[in-house]
Amino acid sequence: MSRKKTAEEYQKTFAFRFFRWLSGEKDPYIGKVEMQPQKEYQPDQEAALRHEKEHDAIMDKVYDTEHNKWLYRFHRLYQATSILFCLFLIALLLVTISYLPPNGTVTRPVNNEVAERYIEKGLEETGAVNIVAGMILDYRAFDTLGESHVLFVATITVLILLRLNKTEKDEAEVSDRRFEPKNDAILQLVATFLVPVIIIFGIYIILNGHLGPGGGFSGGAVIGAGLVLYLNAFGFKKTERFFTEKTYKWVCFFSLSFYCLAKSYSFYTGANKLHSVIPKGTPGAILSSGLILPLNIAVGLVVACTIYAFYAMFRKGGF
Amino acid sequence: MGQNLFANYGEAVSAILFCIGFTNLLLQTNLIKKIIGLNIMDSAIYLFLAEKGYIAGRVAPIVVDNVTSTKAYINPIPSGLVLTGIVVSVSVTALMLSLTIRLYTRYHTLDLDEISTQLKREGK
Repeated sequence: MSRKKTAEEYQKTFAFRFFRWLSGEKDPYIGKVEMQPQKEYQPDQEAALRHEKEHDAIMDKVYDTEHNKWLYRFHRLYQATSILFCLFLIALLLVTISYLPPNGTVTRPVNNEVAERYIEKGLEETGAVNIVAGMILDYRAFDTLGESHVLFVATITVLILLRLNKTEKDEAEVSDRRFEPKNDAILQLVATFLVPVIIIFGIYIILNGHLGPGGGFSGGAVIGAGLVLYLNAFGFKKTERFFTEKTYKWVCFFSLSFYCLAKSYSFYTGANKLHSVIPKGTPGAILSSGLILPLNIAVGLVVACTIYAFYAMFRKGGF
Repeated sequence: MGQNLFANYGEAVSAILFCIGFTNLLLQTNLIKKIIGLNIMDSAIYLFLAEKGYIAGRVAPIVVDNVTSTKAYINPIPSGLVLTGIVVSVSVTALMLSLTIRLYTRYHTLDLDEISTQLKREGK
């Protein structure tokens, strides 16, 4: 059972003081610390002017690039030193190269058991006729995943650096309309013929990545070039019907996460010696070599989107 | 001096290209030209890697007629490394160009000396 305190008694307790201090009703320093009202700041104009003049005089003398003798001498010395340094570097590298084992011989230390293993077992283990594709998308798939992420992160960074706010965006659209070619008849006619061919060629390179020279990176770059040509000929209005920032976001998200999950599965089954359900197929057929074809498609999509996004951002600051 | 300088002419060219790019980085004050210099250095590296993988008299590592003997194909590893190099160089170039655009909108010049002079005048 608690006893009720009177108001006077309560005011003496610690709790009362604490809650008053907490709610800010009482400043514990008032009446206890000596205080003075703050003086208003009055700039000393003469001193400020004098200081500015001195500063300007020094700056003019130091940064008078045309009449500053020491700066001129320093530039000359810098140029001479850098040319000498580069000649020295060329000589050093050439001497080193002259001691390397001769080019084109089998006995070079680069041609070690790693490369032999890739060539001998590559076809059997990955199912890819193109040994380089089998290497970068199967044995070293983790490396390639990192590369696709480098591209993705580079696009994001460029987007952060070049992003425009609402009013700037309108201005950019106006200046884009003014400075870039629009309704250029020759360009449009040529683009009508070339763009489908270029894009089909890019798809061919991606789909044949495991059968011949090519793969996701080169095919994606070709498709990106086709999209850039289309954008140049027909303008942003046409491309924005099928490619916006949202498209970029979702395509990259799905490609990268598909790559991640598919390779996680194959690494998991491989490391634990489990049976993988992904068929290898007959080498040389288009639907063969397990995960390499889908991974090539994923990488190709990321690269194509990245190339187009770089161009659109450099031209207008967004897409 | 060793004897293999003329046998390794590809590597020698790549070393010279590399140094040309590096001189560009040191001597040019224009930012775009500096980026071009860095790209020349990148190309020198690709050439060097391609030369490393080459073996005389052998073909590209794409299996024909189920021949999987090591005597038939060149070394596939440098080819894969060139791919990595190209991707990174594209990303770095795009990043540097966008930084250059930002610098240009702020200082209205691409000259690095001019930019640093302006910065010092502002007292930063």
